[in-house]
Amino acid sequence: MNIYEQQASNKRQTAALMLLFFAFFLFLGLGFDVFVLGMPVPGTRVEAAGPVVDDGYAGNYYGRYAGLRGYQRGYYAPVRGRTNFPWGTMAGVIAAAVIMIASLVQGPEMVLSSAMARRADPADPKERQLLNVVTEMSIAAGVPMPQVYVVPDADPNAFATGFSPDKSFIAFTRGSLDALNREELQGVAAHEMSHIRNYDIRLVTMISALCGAIVLLSDFAKRSMRGGIIPSSGSSRGKGKGGGAMMFVFAIWLVLLLLAPVISRLMAVAVSRRREYLADASGAELTRNPLALARALEKIRGASAPTAALNHDGVAHMCIADPRGSYFDDKEGLAADLLSTHPPLEKRILALKMMAYQPTNA
Amino acid sequence: MVALILVAVIALLGGWLAVMFNSLVSLRNRVANAFKQIDVQLKRRYDLIPNLVSAVKGEMKFESETLERVIKARAAAVAASAGASVADISKKEGELSQALGRLIALSENYPNLKASDAVRGLMEELTSTENKIAFARQFYNDIVTAFNTSQQVFPNNLVAAALGFKPAELFEIPESAKQEREVPKVDLSV
Repeated sequence: MNIYEQQASNKRQTAALMLLFFAFFLFLGLGFDVFVLGMPVPGTRVEAAGPVVDDGYAGNYYGRYAGLRGYQRGYYAPVRGRTNFPWGTMAGVIAAAVIMIASLVQGPEMVLSSAMARRADPADPKERQLLNVVTEMSIAAGVPMPQVYVVPDADPNAFATGFSPDKSFIAFTRGSLDALNREELQGVAAHEMSHIRNYDIRLVTMISALCGAIVLLSDFAKRSMRGGIIPSSGSSRGKGKGGGAMMFVFAIWLVLLLLAPVISRLMAVAVSRRREYLADASGAELTRNPLALARALEKIRGASAPTAALNHDGVAHMCIADPRGSYFDDKEGLAADLLSTHPPLEKRILALKMMAYQPTNA
Repeated sequence: MVALILVAVIALLGGWLAVMFNSLVSLRNRVANAFKQIDVQLKRRYDLIPNLVSAVKGEMKFESETLERVIKARAAAVAASAGASVADISKKEGELSQALGRLIALSENYPNLKASDAVRGLMEELTSTENKIAFARQFYNDIVTAFNTSQQVFPNNLVAAALGFKPAELFEIPESAKQEREVPKVDLSV
């Protein structure tokens, strides 16, 4: 896959993700309307109901539905709410739009401030060197110079964020400046620059913002279930065919709501693992010096303590090495593949060393 | 009917010509822009060298030959940059890079220089500028290759020259400069 295909694929995936997120919120909003407010399901031909007696329960979905199917004519489920305005759907759509716009505009700044990052100071010799190294890499990659930040943390790590290469941010921990020499710093900067150039940063920023929103929503749903806003199993309407189908949809809706955090977490993980190998490779292509990055990764692995400042879900999968000092990161197997945001450092170092190896007869 | 087919063929050919012309123009502009990037860094290097030389002159008085070579190479490069020939510029810049590389390597032997913050800062700036030149050259050469390739592939090669496109020159370190590349001697005797 070349760089342009990679960029296109990332832009596509970001757009697909946004669409999916939008659809998810729409679905949740609809579910809320149907189950909590008791609105008719869109697409149900309410007018065809015919002999339904309109006795003031006109807005009540259950009555119409029963009439449509000829099921228990004249029976009406208890009315929970009577409104014709799809509050849930509207709220879902608006919330999705607001969250997406906010995460695009504010996401990178929020990530940086949560890591307590500050602008690199050109008066400090090490930070001056960092600024120089990042400039060199932006020249090599042919992208505008990103804004450089320093995270006051003694553990070596780094990450990049932003919406597009035109406005991007790159952050190094102070520990990485002290531990890495110029070449190694350059290798790490090249890795981060490839994330920027490939539009990985856009996708990852989007994912972390959306994951956060889904987790929040799921928490809210769980709490409101305990509070009894959302109905538990409807004993009065669980008998017939129609009621069964509705229960089924309701169950899916509930499961989706509860599993959403897990699903979104797994998605973020899967996305960022593949990306690390790619960024390693294209970073090495920029510096033409894969061994420097390999040495940097070895140093980062040597400092196995978790990076406190970057140790939370919002930033973790953006970093060059997992800031949680994760148990799984040096493990192989299915569980590690599913749960770790980064491929084993061992594997990445090996891949980089393979790149540096050149047959002597060439 | 025949007229219709003829019109369609002409329209198709015209469309292809326009698309190809536009993509070549955009590549040519990117080549020019990439060259500007190298140029910016080269100018920066010209400005840095006098500062560096005056900072290390006192300490490195036994390396006057090396210092002399740096100054001469800089003058030659500045003179070449006034001209427009990429080959000439890249030759002179290559020589300047060699002379500077030797100076930087030799300066490692002087603990007083390494201890001086001012010299360390200058060395960092110079190293960075050298790298920037190298990366800008790498980027320029990649784009020039893309530009030249798109002129030379079929069927673009039939019309590219007629439309006024010429292959761009790669920014290379010439062979002579490579031969001059010296490894500084390391004296391990006590």
